[in-house]
Amino acid sequence: MNPIYFDNAATSFPKPDAVYTSVYNCMQVGGGNPGRSGHKMSIAAGQLVFKTRKALAEFFGVRNPMRVIFTLNATEALNLAIIGLARKGTHFITTSMEHNSTLRPLHELQKKGLINYTIVEASADGLIDPVKILDSIQTNTRAVIINHASNVTGTIQPILEIGKLCRKNNLILIADCAQSAGTVPIHIAESNIDILCLTGHKGLLGPRGTGAMILSDEFDEQELTPLKFGGTGSLSDRIDHPDFLPDKFECGTLNVPGIAGLYEGVNFISNFPGGIAVISATKNSFSRNFITHAKNQIKGFTCYSDENMRNSGVVSFNIEGISASEITQWLSENHNIMSRQGLHCAPVAHKTIGTFPQGTVRFSFGIFNTFSEIEQSISALSRLVNEK
Amino acid sequence: MKSVILFDSTNLALWAEEILKENDITAKMISVPRKISSDCGYCVMIDSTQKQQAEKLLLKYNIDHNEIADLEDI
Repeated sequence: MNPIYFDNAATSFPKPDAVYTSVYNCMQVGGGNPGRSGHKMSIAAGQLVFKTRKALAEFFGVRNPMRVIFTLNATEALNLAIIGLARKGTHFITTSMEHNSTLRPLHELQKKGLINYTIVEASADGLIDPVKILDSIQTNTRAVIINHASNVTGTIQPILEIGKLCRKNNLILIADCAQSAGTVPIHIAESNIDILCLTGHKGLLGPRGTGAMILSDEFDEQELTPLKFGGTGSLSDRIDHPDFLPDKFECGTLNVPGIAGLYEGVNFISNFPGGIAVISATKNSFSRNFITHAKNQIKGFTCYSDENMRNSGVVSFNIEGISASEITQWLSENHNIMSRQGLHCAPVAHKTIGTFPQGTVRFSFGIFNTFSEIEQSISALSRLVNEK
Repeated sequence: MKSVILFDSTNLALWAEEILKENDITAKMISVPRKISSDCGYCVMIDSTQKQQAEKLLLKYNIDHNEIADLEDI
């Protein structure tokens, strides 16, 4: 029995076939190290990395591909952005829907006495009111960090309004697009995003171990201090680390096989019939379908995602009298359904929706899921409730 | 005669190669000739007759480059 995979917010599965083959080919044939020599295999690897850089730039509406900096994941991109922007005595604004990959670097910086930060509270359905961000601005506020789509509730934040207010108040906007990249249409300039942080292995359908920090064409990269220094294949005769993009923030050998796969993931999304708008609508309809039917059919079902709100394909729920871990284990062992339980690395978000510390069961849908799989999961959950 | 366009960054060289090719300039990535630099990276080789055209394109796309050296000179 094939697994029913509802854990796409952790990592998407399956991937398009071209992702698998490109990773394999890159390992087997394209074994060179990009930018480290002038032989054909090194150049070919460099061209592959460049083509992925360019594909990502185009996908998010950035003109200069050098402004795409490859990272291991969204966490690394967010650390690079947050720690790179920190200056003594500055203030940051973030929200209660953030992942630990934003909250922990902020907390560490605050502990060191370098910065302080304000957490803007979302409503119980996970939505941020931009006015609350406006009200939190202080004279020393430097940046706003927003989780574009929640990995707990699937709530999509009003990034256009938030972007406008950041621009108007001369604040740097960092968008955590770990869940939204490849799922929700994003144009970096139209949204006034300065720094977009993403992972490659979720909505963009690439391999794990890929991510990027993308700087808008207008953002002054001198605002950011690098976290890593080392080999770039450029200006090797000097001890000073290069200050041009992407080398300023990208050193050491890249995950070239992963990047090869990411290219095919982005290519798949870019050429998806109807485009990313269809992907977005499909995931939204999976969430809506699941919530509507589960509410009707499963006794004691409480959902923390609102079926009437735009959703990125992520639904959190609990069933009265059965723990989240019991549900996920039972689904996995008895029905081959993969889901996730717990706090999803976002404890403050769970406080906001009222599910801390017990957490929730999370179903996160991907583009390869079907309505029939959702139906099967509801039958399975109903059976579990009836057996109890 | 051939010329090579030198860059501080191999990433910029790769971008330049693509832009030049898209604009019908025969461009090829090669190792930076030893006489020019001992750097580990690569540069873009073009036909010397297309030097001006190449320079204009790099300026248009804001791709920073260093000197353009004629291979005969080295």
